[in-house]
Amino acid sequence: MNNEGVDTSKRQFLTSALTVVGAVGTGYLAVPFLSQMQPSSKAMAAGAPVEVDISKLESGQLLRVAWRGKPVWILNRPPRMLKILEGMDSQLQDASSNESIQPEISKNATRSIKPEIFIAVGLCTHLGCSPTFRPEIAPPDLGDDWEGGFFCPCHGSKFDLAGRVYKSVPAPTNLDVPPYRYITETQIIIGEDTAEESA
Amino acid sequence: MNKHITACGNWILDRLAVDKVWNQHMAQYYAPKNFNFWYFFGSLALLVLVNQIATGIFLTMNYKPDAKLAFDSVEYIMRDVPWGWLIRYMHSTGASAFFIVVYLHMFRGIMYGSFKKPRELIWIFGMLIFFALMAEAFTGYLLPWGQMSYWGAQVIISLFSAIPVIGDDLSLWIRGDFVIADATLNRFFAFHVIAVPLVILFLVFMHIVALHEVGSNNPDGVEIKKTKDAQGIPLDGIPFHPYYSVKDIVGVGVFLFFFATVIFYMPDMGGYFLEHDNFVPADPLKTPEHIAPVWYFTPYYAILRAVPDKFAGVIAMGGSIFVLFLLPWLDRSPVKSIRYRGGIYKKALFLFVISFLALGYLGTQPATSGAIIVTRIFTVMYFAFFLLMPIYTRWEKAKPEPTRVTEQPSIEERIPAMMETLGEMTVKKSMTNAKGDTVVKLRPNPAGMGSVLIRFLKKIKASLD
Repeated sequence: MNNEGVDTSKRQFLTSALTVVGAVGTGYLAVPFLSQMQPSSKAMAAGAPVEVDISKLESGQLLRVAWRGKPVWILNRPPRMLKILEGMDSQLQDASSNESIQPEISKNATRSIKPEIFIAVGLCTHLGCSPTFRPEIAPPDLGDDWEGGFFCPCHGSKFDLAGRVYKSVPAPTNLDVPPYRYITETQIIIGEDTAEESA
Repeated sequence: MNKHITACGNWILDRLAVDKVWNQHMAQYYAPKNFNFWYFFGSLALLVLVNQIATGIFLTMNYKPDAKLAFDSVEYIMRDVPWGWLIRYMHSTGASAFFIVVYLHMFRGIMYGSFKKPRELIWIFGMLIFFALMAEAFTGYLLPWGQMSYWGAQVIISLFSAIPVIGDDLSLWIRGDFVIADATLNRFFAFHVIAVPLVILFLVFMHIVALHEVGSNNPDGVEIKKTKDAQGIPLDGIPFHPYYSVKDIVGVGVFLFFFATVIFYMPDMGGYFLEHDNFVPADPLKTPEHIAPVWYFTPYYAILRAVPDKFAGVIAMGGSIFVLFLLPWLDRSPVKSIRYRGGIYKKALFLFVISFLALGYLGTQPATSGAIIVTRIFTVMYFAFFLLMPIYTRWEKAKPEPTRVTEQPSIEERIPAMMETLGEMTVKKSMTNAKGDTVVKLRPNPAGMGSVLIRFLKKIKASLD
């Protein structure tokens, strides 16, 4: 290439300008490709509320239902379990659920609308495994301090019978409580709360 | 006839210099003459890569990347497609074989200092391949849509949600849905069969081109390019083809012996290559009682579990892989090969291997509180190997490196010494057998065995000092 008598600064300017314009263009072109990986409209619309009949749920029994593809637990806690909850605070990381996700109405000592019926999304807040329900007292694998609750087999996180996380386990917050409301005494709708209804 | 073939060949060579490429990378690429068996694993990795691509192409002909159909289509391949079971087992065993071969290949590099100047870039490309390989294995493991596929993917994608601020949106973007669902399976299929393999092929190309620019390291860690003959050919070098191309065929033979044994007699390897829970279709409502990743991810998984904080755990796990990238700059030793390093590095490497294997085992076990404490100890050992390296490699005294590569005694040359040891460990006893004939039998000699063992342990101790 003959560079004699060429104004190289102009050539440099054109090169830089083309680079910048090309980069901006590539950036814009990347948007549709990256956006198409977002949940589709169909996936966004699929989060319909679920109605559950709990009339057959016996005391101490756990029912699993699917809501938005996630497991949701409904646990009927007998007074024995509710009593255990009262003495747990010293072992818990977020006993009063200030850091955790739940509707305002469930932000209480039992993390539920009715004390005995506990409803939570059954996915560990650590890495999303579904913890196992371990209501027994002091089983050999969980130690003598265990008073019943949920244990995540994946990474060893522990939650009490109100889904509240123990101290020094990997999970950062309590189990999420989904929005729900009672239609009748034994009919629950998960995915909608009273606030939405009244609004 | 021959004339026409030659003319035809020349026509091509005039337009595409295949001969030059062949000479540069095979016939006139001079590799050190003292390669030992550790040098098989590079070519074996290439063999397994070809196996994965070939079997993978045929698997896609019958596999359905659809949450409703995926599990059944894999069973269909296993039961109804002619020879489908073989192709599927070649692919699933190949995945584990890939990691075995690559781990040994990396260990070779750490042992003989192959990552050190001037080969830092080869190491970086290799680590990028390792990283891409983990992505490839992870996306592939979701495809059979079994319980382990589902919950393993759930855990790994949730790792991204630990990142502050953008985490939740990022994991949503990766999944394409609020949970692992059809959208996730479909895109993982795209990544597994197109995107990541293309990246791996590109990186392998760069890895080899970079290697052939600076030349191979060797067990002595001596630069063979420093001593050349009049023609500019390294005195300690031999052409890769035919010497190492033929030698590698022996390695391939041995490898295929093990590979075929696994495929035909233990394709799930007792639940390590194909986990038992993965023969159960994915159930989004129930995590299996005990979930563990496939064996090649368990060391990092154990590190993740050892940290009692979500974000810190993810950082520790990422760090355990990232720290390998820094190896060329962490090592300050003037010599490359372990043969001329001081005892501290040998001990450190020994402890690192122990901690890596222990973490790998602990990652397969349930997260009991006792196991977590042991895991924490080994996690500290794992990181100490790397993070203390700038200190202990500068501190320790290295032996002088030779100027030329050394020759190790061949097996034939070792036979007399081995026979002597055998003689020491046994005694000849004449005894009468059932027929009444007198026969001379070799019987173990405890005293001799003891002295051989002591000598062996002393030798190990001496080599560690």
